[in-house]
Amino acid sequence: MGRRILVTGLDSFWGARFAAALETESGIDTILGMGTGAPPVALERTEYVKADQSYSLVSRIVRATAVDTIVHTFLVVDSTTMSSRKLHEANVIGTMNLLAAAGAPGSSVRQLVVKSSTLYYGSSARDPQCFSEETGPVQRPRTSLERGIAEVEALVHDFWLDNPEVGVTVLRFANVLGSDISTPITRNLGKGVLPVIAGFDPLMQFVEEGDVVRALEMVTLRQLPGVYNVAGEGALPWSEVARIAGARRLYLPPVMTSRFAAPLRRMGLIELPSEYLDLLRFGRGVDNRKLVERGFRYDFTSAGAVQSFTRARRLRRAVGGSLPRYSYEADVEAFFKHSPSVVRDPRPSGVGADS
Amino acid sequence: MERPISGPLGGPGSDVSSDGGPEVAPVGEREQRSSSLVAVIPPPIGPEAPEPLEDPRLSDVDRWGRSESARRTARKLTGLYYRNWFRVEWEGMENVPLEGGALLVANHAGAIPADAPMIIHGIEEELHRPVYGLADYWFRSIPFVGLGWSRGGGVAAHPDNAHRLLGEEEQLVLVFPEGTKATSKQYRDRYQLRRFGRGGFVETAMRAGVPVVPIAVVGNEEAMPIVARLPSGFAKALGVPYLPLTLNHLVFGPVLGTLMWLPAKFRIRVLPPIHFDVEPDQERYPRSRLIDEAEAIRQLLQENLHDMLRNRRSPWLG
Repeated sequence: MGRRILVTGLDSFWGARFAAALETESGIDTILGMGTGAPPVALERTEYVKADQSYSLVSRIVRATAVDTIVHTFLVVDSTTMSSRKLHEANVIGTMNLLAAAGAPGSSVRQLVVKSSTLYYGSSARDPQCFSEETGPVQRPRTSLERGIAEVEALVHDFWLDNPEVGVTVLRFANVLGSDISTPITRNLGKGVLPVIAGFDPLMQFVEEGDVVRALEMVTLRQLPGVYNVAGEGALPWSEVARIAGARRLYLPPVMTSRFAAPLRRMGLIELPSEYLDLLRFGRGVDNRKLVERGFRYDFTSAGAVQSFTRARRLRRAVGGSLPRYSYEADVEAFFKHSPSVVRDPRPSGVGADS
Repeated sequence: MERPISGPLGGPGSDVSSDGGPEVAPVGEREQRSSSLVAVIPPPIGPEAPEPLEDPRLSDVDRWGRSESARRTARKLTGLYYRNWFRVEWEGMENVPLEGGALLVANHAGAIPADAPMIIHGIEEELHRPVYGLADYWFRSIPFVGLGWSRGGGVAAHPDNAHRLLGEEEQLVLVFPEGTKATSKQYRDRYQLRRFGRGGFVETAMRAGVPVVPIAVVGNEEAMPIVARLPSGFAKALGVPYLPLTLNHLVFGPVLGTLMWLPAKFRIRVLPPIHFDVEPDQERYPRSRLIDEAEAIRQLLQENLHDMLRNRRSPWLG
């Protein structure tokens, strides 16, 4: 029997990209995606359920579909996109409900993959230069986003203790760069301006979006339990990021930084969420060797990710405006998935329309 | 909802045990690695090293924030002090290993200590090996100063940093176990070594499987001697570890006195490396052994300092 995989946050960048990557794999019976909005990329086999992560809904879905794997890609790590209360609801409460459903008596779930973030480690002067998976954060989380990530990891840890029969994987991703993803850093670079705190030039680590999807795919398909950092090789100074990306540096004073940044943020000149204030002073480095030892091969180094992002941005500028985007049409999707008139591709991975 | 979280995860039948602790490399392999590796090249990852990825770096800032080109520029400046001001003379430089990691342990003095830049300058010029200096993380939080410190090879004294630098990258690491207890002491206490921490540096060396190379420095006590210390409340208010009144202030005035050292003659004696006959990468080492070794190294340095001072005719001419 093939795998049955539930992907949360299908409407998020990661969920959709990951589901699309899974579709090309054989040996998977069902890919099920949950999300509050429509998936942002075209998906062929993935069944999409428009649902939030309220407990009753999730547990019904898990029971009804008898999924064996849950891939939780939903964590929001960009605090500019929603208020801290909504962030808490989405990250902490959403995860709590999901884990409760996955750990319910008689649950069919045998693997849980959680997409976390190196935000877990925080950023402070006392940090080691390179966090390994076993080194916990040095400082207590300072922003609500970081507190949320810490709580999510605590929930996942509890889940692992309570459900020893389930293989639990946590992937902590460094700052992601890529042609499609939108983060405060990419939006700053998109405007050609990078905020810099004068007198600091922190070392940063990045991971390319393609590597993120491949990492999620590898741990899911190979069922690797454990905690893994996912970050491109090497760390580079923030000033070098600006140089590779050809962005201007906008210097902020090292004292009262957020006060000086506030008007610039309001004018929309820069984005500087509170979790970046320490990051732009002390940076953050993580040890990526554990996943590499398990056989993962990165396509990009940290500097390579910055360059790849820069090239994608140049292309976008050259072709003018945005590239055509996919928009989800429920009726059209239902037609392609379920209509008897559609001649389906008889690939080995292709499963019947009523799967 | 704060609580201590997340040790290594992974269900039963997972491979937590194999990645729980640091890997213990067989002795033969370690030796082979140390001879084939020079300075800044990181060790290969994984069993079969994959072909290297494109890495479009524009600067030479390494994982630790050190930049060789920044060091070259800095050495032009420290070179003036090294040759003309402190007229540094070395004894036993051959005791600094040419390859493999080693923990350089020296005595520390002066309100703004000149010993670290002089030791680092000398070894980098003579042996062409980078030296990383461990210091309090406090430096990292000062704008500009912290940046310069980091580009110059300064690393926060976190045990994890020391272990990676010494054990994995096999670098030379300089540490002053007395810390600010030495640099804040007054002139009347000169050349009296303070407590060597809690022996943490011995543990670091043992765990990384590297020798300790003791270095005795004479002259640093006279370069910026502290004649009085302002009450610690002032220092705390300014966020600095101590606030001294130095002889330099009295001679050169408040501004220039903070920036200028007195032209003391520096003599640096490197003692033979001390190897600890213990298995590296152990979870813990007996506390009493650590204290014993730390105390023995302190004694050794103290005796050598006395010996060097016996033969010194003048602090300025040496």
